[in-house]
Amino acid sequence: MSLGPAEVAKIAHLARLAIRDEDVPAYARNLSAILELVAQMDAADTTGVAPMAHPLNMAQRLRPDAAAEPDRRERFQAIAPQVEAGLYLVPKVIE
Amino acid sequence: MHEKTIAQLSAGLAAGEFSSEELTRAFLERVERFNPRLNAFITVTAEAALARARVADQRRQRGEAEPLTGIPIAHKDIFCTDGVRTSCGSRMLDRFVAPYDATVVEKLSAAGAVMLGKTNMDEFAMGSSNETSFYGPVRNPWDLEAVPGGSSGGSAAAVAARLAPGATGTDTGGSIRQPAALCGITGLKPTYGRVSRWGMIAYASSLDQGGPMARSAEDCALLLGAMAGFDPRDSTSADRPVPDYAALLDRPLDGLRIGLPKEYFGEGLDGVVAQVVEEAIAEYRKLGAETIEISLPNSRLAIPAYYVIAPAECSSNLARFDGVRYGHRCENPKDLLDLYTRSRGEGFGAEVTRRILVGTFALSAGYYDAYYLKAQQIRRLISDDFQRAFERVDVIAGPTSPTVAFRLGEKADDPITMYLSDIYTIAVNLAGLPGLSLPVGFAAGLPVGLQLIGDYFAEDRLLNVAHRYQQVADWHLRAPAAFA
Repeated sequence: MSLGPAEVAKIAHLARLAIRDEDVPAYARNLSAILELVAQMDAADTTGVAPMAHPLNMAQRLRPDAAAEPDRRERFQAIAPQVEAGLYLVPKVIE
Repeated sequence: MHEKTIAQLSAGLAAGEFSSEELTRAFLERVERFNPRLNAFITVTAEAALARARVADQRRQRGEAEPLTGIPIAHKDIFCTDGVRTSCGSRMLDRFVAPYDATVVEKLSAAGAVMLGKTNMDEFAMGSSNETSFYGPVRNPWDLEAVPGGSSGGSAAAVAARLAPGATGTDTGGSIRQPAALCGITGLKPTYGRVSRWGMIAYASSLDQGGPMARSAEDCALLLGAMAGFDPRDSTSADRPVPDYAALLDRPLDGLRIGLPKEYFGEGLDGVVAQVVEEAIAEYRKLGAETIEISLPNSRLAIPAYYVIAPAECSSNLARFDGVRYGHRCENPKDLLDLYTRSRGEGFGAEVTRRILVGTFALSAGYYDAYYLKAQQIRRLISDDFQRAFERVDVIAGPTSPTVAFRLGEKADDPITMYLSDIYTIAVNLAGLPGLSLPVGFAAGLPVGLQLIGDYFAEDRLLNVAHRYQQVADWHLRAPAAFA
């Protein structure tokens, strides 16, 4: 499978990644080459093979539904780009 | 002091030959002197290290010392360290000061280890040469024009150049074993779940695993003993006891069955590397082991499946870096979408961008069955190959990497060629098995690593098999001339 510049731009949008226009052709080439590598999977017959999501086939462990971590909002907000009154600031979403 | 292994340093501390403060000062001086040539450290925490060393000395005086108490170590900059920048090799986290310690950091601190600083790495652990780091490439202490391997290249170079006697690393597709091989040190990727991933910045969560990097298997045993164990904060942590790895090192190898996968000795393997690996295997026969040719028929599918699974998980994990709560934020965003896309576009380098894009594509509507599901089915085939092999053999051996360290820049512009340098390590992550690389000689003046693969939770066996070799060979004690 090969990807063109328009497809790369669409994927970049899905990934919320700004890519400079001049870099798009190189990404298109790289991504096509990676997908070509990945296409080697097609040679394997996987009919009826159960997918493996976790190496140890462990069931997801559950814990009691109770708060386990202390409130550390101030510590976490100290490293945020922009906060005010305990809130994370972003540009206006609705005018 | 710097030429000693952790085990020797621990004995020296116990005998009162030197204090942790003296030891820490000696390593900090080496870091200051040699790091400008290697770029192995991103952050050096000299003052905090000396303070911790003094605390370790007091602990020893109280008679409460453990084997690692007072031993200086370095942490890969992927592990969160409370109050210390944790960059993950990325511009995205260039100013990120972690608000807590990773479990691995906490456990090693509790054992009394003294952190010297944070080591350089490929950005978000995505790379095999350390050239994708925002902080520039690390250089290989054996040849400053060669790469140290990646992504734990800073840890590998720091240990090889004797800037730290041991370090932590992480391994998603070979990131502990391949740099260990290329820098001539010993590195262990444990079984998935053996070491907590809590506070270890996630790349591909079903593959990522932290582990020790040091000069000898004995040192790795000491480090792993402190790092491993159940952690309720990591939902994939294995709830089983941690063996006393150091106490299990000396078991004889008589009757050990070593499997040699024919797929690991074929096309693509450098001739001199093959010869050095064969010599190491011959040494194992002298130690009483029996070698058996085996086949891992789906080996060639490991890289293709990995480059679906790892990018898919990475695109999901790295979605959290959005410029809102922490990490890089672009200047003057005009709206929320602009804030997201420009913060991420500016914060991530090219290789991270490539993997996010591949993963986003593979998981996008209509492609799931052809890519992610197919890759997970192949993952099962690969895992089944190993399980069949372990019915006949105790450990599997082969080269860690198809070549010795390559030139800086040689593969930097060709992602596919770079990916192939992990051809022998990736399948181990897909299966979730433990793997170890130990130095077994040189080719063209550069170190060659032997990879040992074990069954689930057989870290004790791998360390034992590596240790017995290191009792009769001294490759792990060789120091690069410029850093001896």
